Amino acid sequence: VFKRFVEIGRVAFISFGPHAGKLVAIVDVIDQNRALVDGPCSGVRRQAMPFKCMQLTDFVLKFPHSARQKCVRLAWEKENINEKWAATRWAKKIEAREKKAKMTDFDRYKVMKAKKMRNRIIKHEMKKLQRMSSKKGKKPEKSEKPEKAEKAPKSAKVQKAQKAQK
Amino acid sequence: AASEKKPGEKAPGEKKPGKKKTGENKPAEPKGSQGEVGEKKKKVKRHHASRNPVLARGIGRYSRSAMYARKALYKRKYTAPETKIEKKKKEKPRATITKPVGGDKNGGSRVVKIRKMPRYYPTEDVPRKLLSHGKKPFCQHKRRLRASITPGTVLILLTGRHRGKRVVFLKQLATGLLLVTGPLVINRVPLRRAHQKFVIATSTKVDISGVKIPKHLTDAYFKKKRLRKPKHQEGEIFDTEKEKYEITEQRKADQKAVDSQILAQIKKVPQLRGYLRSTFCLSNGVYPHKLVF
Repeated sequence: VFKRFVEIGRVAFISFGPHAGKLVAIVDVIDQNRALVDGPCSGVRRQAMPFKCMQLTDFVLKFPHSARQKCVRLAWEKENINEKWAATRWAKKIEAREKKAKMTDFDRYKVMKAKKMRNRIIKHEMKKLQRMSSKKGKKPEKSEKPEKAEKAPKSAKVQKAQKAQK
Repeated sequence: AASEKKPGEKAPGEKKPGKKKTGENKPAEPKGSQGEVGEKKKKVKRHHASRNPVLARGIGRYSRSAMYARKALYKRKYTAPETKIEKKKKEKPRATITKPVGGDKNGGSRVVKIRKMPRYYPTEDVPRKLLSHGKKPFCQHKRRLRASITPGTVLILLTGRHRGKRVVFLKQLATGLLLVTGPLVINRVPLRRAHQKFVIATSTKVDISGVKIPKHLTDAYFKKKRLRKPKHQEGEIFDTEKEKYEITEQRKADQKAVDSQILAQIKKVPQLRGYLRSTFCLSNGVYPHKLVF
């Protein structure tokens, strides 16, 4: 039922507080509410931090408890946590949210146009398939095609969104 | 302090007015520099300190006549007093004028005073108005412009018949209103004035640096014309008022001149034309204070 545990070396994401948005590694547990935490590669000094503001990630590092910052840093860089984190969906969602908040009025217009175009393409394809299937009776092809059609217009929309957020 | 000025001993060319700086006077007076430049440049005029010690603020130790003597102004006369002949020769403004008068046996002309005595003296005097400070008329007010509004910015109009439309800002006029254009072919907004307060400035800008805006587009050009000739009776007043606004040829020409330049710049940015054609609106979940414009 629980998959991520508080353990030595668990990488956590700080959700609020002065270091909101940064990754840290749990070095030691102080008591029921606090942990000794260190983020050498993310700009967080070694300090006590309450568990409440930490959200556990999937990454675990290997170092002994109360290891000094140098060891934590070595373990962090060996595992390449920064890159692995940027590749996770969690980090990408955060990034997308930030970009959306920074959109200007012109960007919003461009995204609206891109979405409209994409939806039109998808709807067009769907209608085509529906017509085909209704004419010739139920066919197994119908389930395969919508996925392929969606992938093509999706990339166009992502490109537009990226261009807008530039 | 030994005074350097000994006018009796100086050469005859030295007639500089040695202005003495008192403690209360402003020291910003020019030192008679025109006379100094032509004549001796070596002598630096040193000003004496105030010869009138201060007893309390605004009160000096010596009277006017005592100061006259102390400053030796009897020696420092630079112009001769005006003689009676000079006074008589001075040009005085005309006091009377002779005007022709019509009619028979009237003598032909009258001598009339130019500045006449008042024809009415009020029984009660009007009390003096208190001095007011810093109340300027509208034409002298300081005009401000938000830093986010620069020539070429796309603005969103919030009031008026063009509310919600996105327009291009051209310049600020003398009264502080913003000169704005659609351009007309894009969103039917002509060259128009808009108020700074009722406008949202977006961060989208069009490069207008090369665009020349005609000089005759001022506030007077855009001001609404009202004809006021209340000589008619009640019934006719409503007919003469110009209800229907007619677009003059000059406006069309000006619109074309400005818009052609701007459209060229708009075409360079992809999708900008469609953006200017669209209108701004809020929908569910959209909060203006959270939007970045």
